[in-house]
Amino acid sequence: MENSNTLKLKDGARIAVIGGGPAGSFFSNFVLMFADRLGLDIHVDIYEPRDFSLVGPPGCNMCAGIVSESLVQNMATEGINFPTTVVQRGIDSYVLYMDVGTVKIDSSRREKRIGATYRGSGPRDVKEVKWDSLDRFLMNLALEKGAQHIRARITDVKWDADAETTPLENRRLVLKTQNGKTETYDFVAVTAGVNTAILKAFQELNIGYQAPQTTKAYIREYYLGDQAIGEFIGPSFHAFLPTMPNIEFGAIVPKGEYVTLALLGEDIDTATVDAFMADPTVKECMPPGFAFDKIACWCGPRINITGSAQPYGDRVVFIGDSGVTRLYKDGMGAAYRAAKAAASNVVFHGIARDDLAKQYGAFCRAMETDNNIGKFMFAVVRQIQRFRFSRRAILRMASEEQKRPPTAHGGMSMVLWDMFTGSAPYREVFIRTLHPVFWTRLAWNMAVCLVTRAETPATTRTALET
Amino acid sequence: MNKDGLGKEYEAGAIIVKQGEAGDCMFVVQEGQVVATLEQNGQESMLGLLGPGDFFGEMCVFEKQPRSATVRAIGQARVLTVDKKNLLRQITVDPTLAFNLLEKMSARIRTLNQQVAWLTGEQENKAAPK
Repeated sequence: MENSNTLKLKDGARIAVIGGGPAGSFFSNFVLMFADRLGLDIHVDIYEPRDFSLVGPPGCNMCAGIVSESLVQNMATEGINFPTTVVQRGIDSYVLYMDVGTVKIDSSRREKRIGATYRGSGPRDVKEVKWDSLDRFLMNLALEKGAQHIRARITDVKWDADAETTPLENRRLVLKTQNGKTETYDFVAVTAGVNTAILKAFQELNIGYQAPQTTKAYIREYYLGDQAIGEFIGPSFHAFLPTMPNIEFGAIVPKGEYVTLALLGEDIDTATVDAFMADPTVKECMPPGFAFDKIACWCGPRINITGSAQPYGDRVVFIGDSGVTRLYKDGMGAAYRAAKAAASNVVFHGIARDDLAKQYGAFCRAMETDNNIGKFMFAVVRQIQRFRFSRRAILRMASEEQKRPPTAHGGMSMVLWDMFTGSAPYREVFIRTLHPVFWTRLAWNMAVCLVTRAETPATTRTALET
Repeated sequence: MNKDGLGKEYEAGAIIVKQGEAGDCMFVVQEGQVVATLEQNGQESMLGLLGPGDFFGEMCVFEKQPRSATVRAIGQARVLTVDKKNLLRQITVDPTLAFNLLEKMSARIRTLNQQVAWLTGEQENKAAPK
């Protein structure tokens, strides 16, 4: 590689965005917005072969579709509000299930600030499409700003001149579609996710890019109907901490007349999912006699467990899952923040590798550091799950807090809320656990649960009614 | 009114913020309309109507002052709360987040300037000898 230093976008620059999911649409939206503020005339093409108006896998980007509390607030501040046709359910609370009992935790303001959405237009067996796809809504925002949508899949990328002998300012990237058509661009944003083959072509471009390491998650959709959702699920995010070796976390989230089941952990297979569904706490959450084999739709997407070591290079940046994303939670919020950092870098600072290293590189390193703190916290949660008394202590502490007005440090309820909804960075959640009041209360609850007999686990409905 | 949307639902006439109270958040209207009023010397004046996408209560985020006006729902309204702490933390990390707020606040100052100029002109016309 030659020494890259600095290179600015110029009037008439052409930018390609590979992938029209949230990261691609956010990047397109922000890069056009910042360029407009500077009076810079640029052209943006979004390459996305999917039609998000289709139901089932052809129109879906395989994700649980949760829009976090912080992203909802940030976007509202930006002037972007999610219409009710896109948000299938607003979430105002979560219910934590463990083998020792259940606790319902309300959001601090008792307000619906988490959005449950479909990335496409709903599950495969949907009878009537009532909602808009989240991905289509976000892409339309970028198209309104002037981006062009090209319905094609990128299959290859090359330089238009020899990278060893031609200075960076005199060479561009050439993208090839599945139809054999080629286009030359001044800058390329790769937002294609980790489930796509194009990342290999970028690795072979010798720009220092390595795709992230991934593991397999699992998502299922079940039809429940409005009445059953109102009766059993409500506007709540149902979180499970099963004592199964390869599941970190399970969730059941209401969306319209359906619920989404999402399992996160290490290489989750069908047998693990079936074992999870047979867990008494999961059965407790769903209507009595519910047929767990009547699956409306499912997918097994790969998710990141580490980010790319260098998610940028000369004239190219990797955003979202193909670059660095948040561990397990708030992937959409991470895509928003990364897309904005990249767009700001591209417009205000430059498009050479060294330009991108300063701002976008620093952003990615900070997110990786936060993910490492998150890994540590999930490891602590795994240790806590090993002992029945410590599981009871957490549940007891959170239950007691729910009976009192919220405190400044938030306590266990706020720690669990932020950790499982992705509403705050892991670092912030960790710092909150260091508060002396938190430790004192946790130690007290641990002591109480260690010396008292285990009570009969509270049933879901009993806990929800309190 | 869609019950499943984001934010909190307010019935017609419900007070969302009250003049003089302390505030730790701003609000963004999601659905319906709200009205902002100012009470001075026992008289209530309407400051304006706000609809979907409009925000209010932002002055409390940037100043340590009580709420400057009362805002009520007209008909049913759904309003999203944006926490001061979350907003200030995000603006520190990403100052561009404040662009939209600055644009809207700038537009309000422009409108107020026009109103002040119009009122000043009216008073001068009244005071001028006939």
